[in-house]
Amino acid sequence: MSSSTAVAGAVPRTRRKQNSLHRQRAWALWASYTALGFFVVIFLAPPFYTLMTSLKSSAEISAQTGSPWIVHNPTLENFWYLITYPNFQTYYLNSAMITVGVVVISMTIAVLAAFSLARMGFWGSQTLATGVFLTYLIPASLLFLPLFQIVGKLGLINSVWCLLILYPTLAVPFCTWIMIGYFSSIPKELDEAALIDGAGYLQILWRIFIPVAMPGIIAATIFAFTVSWGAFLYPLAYLYTSNQMVLTVGIISDLIRGDVFQWGKIMAACLLASLPPIVIYAFLMDYYVAGLTAGATKG
Amino acid sequence: MAEVSCRKVVKHYDGGVQAVKGIDLEIADREFVVLVGPSGCGKSTTLRMIAGLEEITEGEIWIGGDVVNDVPPRDRDIAMVFQNYALYPHMSVFDNMAFGLKLRKFPKDEIKRRVDEAARILDIGLLLERKPRALSGGQRQRVAMGRAIVRNPKVFLFDEPLSNLDAKLRVQMRTEIKKVHQTVRTTTVYVTHDQVEAMTLADRVVVMNHGVIEQIGSPQELYHNPTTRFVAGFIGSPAMNFLPARVQDGTNGGLAVHVSDSIVLPVPSSRLDRYGKYKGKEMVLGLRPEHLFEYHESGRPGWTRVDLPVDVVEPMGMETMVHFFIGHEPVCARVDPATHAEPGEMLPLTADLNQMHLMEVDSGRVV
Repeated sequence: MSSSTAVAGAVPRTRRKQNSLHRQRAWALWASYTALGFFVVIFLAPPFYTLMTSLKSSAEISAQTGSPWIVHNPTLENFWYLITYPNFQTYYLNSAMITVGVVVISMTIAVLAAFSLARMGFWGSQTLATGVFLTYLIPASLLFLPLFQIVGKLGLINSVWCLLILYPTLAVPFCTWIMIGYFSSIPKELDEAALIDGAGYLQILWRIFIPVAMPGIIAATIFAFTVSWGAFLYPLAYLYTSNQMVLTVGIISDLIRGDVFQWGKIMAACLLASLPPIVIYAFLMDYYVAGLTAGATKG
Repeated sequence: MAEVSCRKVVKHYDGGVQAVKGIDLEIADREFVVLVGPSGCGKSTTLRMIAGLEEITEGEIWIGGDVVNDVPPRDRDIAMVFQNYALYPHMSVFDNMAFGLKLRKFPKDEIKRRVDEAARILDIGLLLERKPRALSGGQRQRVAMGRAIVRNPKVFLFDEPLSNLDAKLRVQMRTEIKKVHQTVRTTTVYVTHDQVEAMTLADRVVVMNHGVIEQIGSPQELYHNPTTRFVAGFIGSPAMNFLPARVQDGTNGGLAVHVSDSIVLPVPSSRLDRYGKYKGKEMVLGLRPEHLFEYHESGRPGWTRVDLPVDVVEPMGMETMVHFFIGHEPVCARVDPATHAEPGEMLPLTADLNQMHLMEVDSGRVV
């Protein structure tokens, strides 16, 4: 009897302790869910509105009856129009072509630059590495006027190919920076072992560094892709005919005629244009995060 | 198979640091040489210069009859095992071992034959398909050794290969390395800061300190006849006891070493000639803990009784370490575990003076 009393006396004390811990955790969770829920709503509201509007006919959009967040008579006519619209096909093709080219060019330059800066330890490599990053800090909006002169001299005004030269200037510095961080996290003994095994620098890069740094390379590739796919200012400044246009500028210049906004088609075009980045992020998100944080977590 | 020699090799780093200050070292074909010394003594730098991973500031390095100063690592026909294994993380054990051979364009069946042979020697045949991250520390070290063996190089270089392993595995792998050397008999240069590793593995040990070679010799030679105070203190565990002492006249026309007023040790007659000219000089007496042991009634020539107050007793099982102070100098004795020793008590001990060393105070040279 006495023992059961003692146990009974002990239980509430322990429970109170657990309760306070439990309550703290509950509070933390509740606060986290609220904050995250708020951000999810803020970030997902525009895409949702885009989707809803893209499914409406022009008549339903202009009628302005009922809630604008709900579609009453969903239709795919906007999507169908765009898919069969030759200009839109040209924009899509141009964007895809340029992006593939830019990713290949940027990654080739960035990987080679990062390897030499991180590993070959030549005179001034540290300063150069810092310099590479500093160039990333100069905004494109400062550069597009002087660049106009250069692009003009090269005879590439209103040629979609000028973007193959211009976009890498945006992508290479940051990609190089990511790759320097990633390559630096690879132990020095690995290249030394490969040197002794008989590899040259290019073989070390190709057979050791690139496979080991694959998460970093994927992260940098996604970045280069995003830059190239989404850039707006340069095509706006240098391209003006629809056969040379890319998606970002093409959508607004083609689907906004004077003060007539074809909202349904604009929204559908935005959704179609967002598809490739969404697919890529969905599949490679884990690599992307791992690549960006590699320098921070590996000594 | 080849001999290696370093001739007046110097290494300066950019900041003006002189890591290696002109060393001469001849390593015979098939010999196992261990470079040992404290951190920063230049042993790793020397090894890396032999490997070609560091440039040589002055002097020459020869491998197999050729000067290799300007030969890149891949053309030196050497293989190296690193402290952190340096296995290629994305390759299987087989590919790790085969990498060097693939780069040298060996035929596929030859590569397979060599890898299988090395795997057999190292007992890692069942691990060939695994990635390095799925291996334990000891297994990784075996793979790193396998990568060296398959190349059948002129020289093996080991850079502290056991430092990342736990104590038990280290002892086990030490034996493995010795066994591998007995099997393949490749000239080996091995760097470690652990004198036990050096003593157990080496044909010859090279003791380095502050970028110079203090002494080269077989493990027994270094243990019994160190030439400097540094070597005397570095080789042997626990370390040799050092006591300030003065050489003076002893009984019957002999010599004695005066340590304190109560401790005056007669110099064995075999050493009278050697120590005669230091009479009256301040010296350092060196005596290993194993040469200071429990008192025996029936002594031998050169054994002298010393009574010391016990400070700390450390039973180790097969022996007991007893620590004392003579003046301010700590002294350790290695006594039979059956000896009764209590802190604070006087313990009678035997000092085996046949094993004593006398060193000059300034130069540290053993006389």
